[in-house]
Amino acid sequence: MSDSIAIELRDVVKRFGDVVAVDHVNLQIRDGEFFSMLGPSGCGKTSTLRMIAGFELPTAGSILIHGREMGLTPPHLRPVNTVFQSYALFPHMTVAQNVAFGLEMRKVPKAEIARQVKEALELVRLSGLEERRPRQLSGGQQQRVALARALVNHPEVLLLDEPLGALDQKLRKEMQLELKSLQARVGITFVFVTHDQEEALTMSDRIAVMNKGKLLQVGTPTEIYERPNCRFVADFIGETNFIDGVVIGRDGNYTVLETPEGLRFRGLATRPLSDGTQVTYSIRPEKVRLLAPNGELPPNGLAGTVMTVNYIGSDTRITVRINDRRTIDIWEQNTRSTLDRDEYWQPGEAAVIVCPPDNALVLSE
Amino acid sequence: MIKTAPATTASARIRGAFSEGRLTWSGLALTGFSILVYLFLYAPIVILVLFSFTRDEFGVRWTGFTFDWYIRLFNNPRMMGAAWNTLVVATVSTIVSTIIGTLLAMAMERYRFRGRNAMEGLIYLPIVVPEIVMAVALLAFSAIVFDVIKMVTGETLRRNLTTVTIGHIAFSISFVVVVVRTSLKNFDRRLEEAAADLGADSWQTFWRITFPLILPGIIGGALLAFTLSLDDFIISLFLSGPGTSLLPVEVYNRVRRAVTPEINAISTLMLILSMALVALSQLLQRRR
Repeated sequence: MSDSIAIELRDVVKRFGDVVAVDHVNLQIRDGEFFSMLGPSGCGKTSTLRMIAGFELPTAGSILIHGREMGLTPPHLRPVNTVFQSYALFPHMTVAQNVAFGLEMRKVPKAEIARQVKEALELVRLSGLEERRPRQLSGGQQQRVALARALVNHPEVLLLDEPLGALDQKLRKEMQLELKSLQARVGITFVFVTHDQEEALTMSDRIAVMNKGKLLQVGTPTEIYERPNCRFVADFIGETNFIDGVVIGRDGNYTVLETPEGLRFRGLATRPLSDGTQVTYSIRPEKVRLLAPNGELPPNGLAGTVMTVNYIGSDTRITVRINDRRTIDIWEQNTRSTLDRDEYWQPGEAAVIVCPPDNALVLSE
Repeated sequence: MIKTAPATTASARIRGAFSEGRLTWSGLALTGFSILVYLFLYAPIVILVLFSFTRDEFGVRWTGFTFDWYIRLFNNPRMMGAAWNTLVVATVSTIVSTIIGTLLAMAMERYRFRGRNAMEGLIYLPIVVPEIVMAVALLAFSAIVFDVIKMVTGETLRRNLTTVTIGHIAFSISFVVVVVRTSLKNFDRRLEEAAADLGADSWQTFWRITFPLILPGIIGGALLAFTLSLDDFIISLFLSGPGTSLLPVEVYNRVRRAVTPEINAISTLMLILSMALVALSQLLQRRR
């Protein structure tokens, strides 16, 4: 991976009438990286992708591809190709004709087209289906044709608009891994739009999280999951316990907050917060520890009562009530193989939860 | 209990018979009614075709089989002239109305522009306006245009095949628009985006992607325009000039004097042509 920039968005705004779809987005996508844009539907991720492809023009701001200002450049003159959510395969053409289309438009010699089409279909493991029509193919195969049709043109950047959305769960998982390895082999920058956080975590080198047209955070999957910079990102990626409170001071590296009922929690703040700031404390369920009470509360410990215990195979999910209005979710990995559930936590049992401050975050907003 | 038992089995049997599609009174009535409806629709046509082959001079009795009326028809210069006129008018008006109608359908389906809603209503007006109104309007309009031309150039024009053709184009466009718009509505615009994304400019995109995919609709519209032009009577009567009559008008003029098997023969030929066109359009729709 080199450090040159494949795509740069400078203060890009897109309005549709009164609706602001993309709100002052600044973004740099590096050459050769698998970059995902993640967010709920309507967050502006697809609009951003369509502006890069040239299907929409920004209301304000500029888009650069390898340093070249795109301005009003129409889609057919941009050095990018798109894999559409619906695949958008040409129904009146065979698989081979679909894949050859881009090369024909660039007036590549016939013999060369045939060779490259063959190569592209081999790349996506579709050799032998050249003469089929799109509707004679399964969803997964259509998906591969769409990929081959885009990749055969050797675009500077490949744009993928929720390309796995229409596939069933199992095929989707397969294609995720395949796309990832394909990207590594061809070395083309992939910009991948998805609303599926697990998909983004699995595949991406870096992820941009968007909501309501705004770019909230850009980072590696670990950064996004372990160090979300706001409540929305923490909530959207994975699951977490949220506790609202007010900053009351600092304790070494940690920021201390207090809830209305007087509980105190310590965690890492992503930026300096002055006392009195309204904040949200966030701790992932797999990072909370659950202990049997032994008379004395450990540091960062809270006494509670086990409410529910749900065995889901790999994990056991436990809800502990710590006071009248607060519960904490805890996931414990089932590291031992045992059928004897009686030895485990039972509803109604007294327990102590420990929230390690290194694993907890104090988020503003 | 014992008494009611046979009754139960009997009614069960009736129900069974009905559901297995065996003969029942309601089934018989339905079949009979259907036969009557089809008879009502097609008996006149069957008789027409049949009596185009009779030897009887008045074409009302069956007195033996002959091709004479067809031969006589082909040797009748007036009839052949009218048939030729009809084909020329139908072909030209179909081509022109298909091109204009397709462009209009594209504009209305794709773009938002001032007056679009008004245009939407106006384009379908010729379909609902009584044809006689349309014919009178076109006649009056052509008279005015001729007057203006005479004033400007001093040339005196008369109604001829061109005026009829223009009249046919005027009402055909609406039908073409309706048919083509349907296929444009089913057309996935993302295919055009995909083509542009792969480097096709808008001209290439239209001819490689849009046109082939809406072609069945365009052909459907064209065939409809062609058949409408073939059997149009009122506008043809009003707008054709002396010596340039079209087939339906010519047939009507003949019938006023006497119904001969020759009329049956030409009607049969028109029927075959129309049916062939419908079959062709069905075939083309199914291929897609």
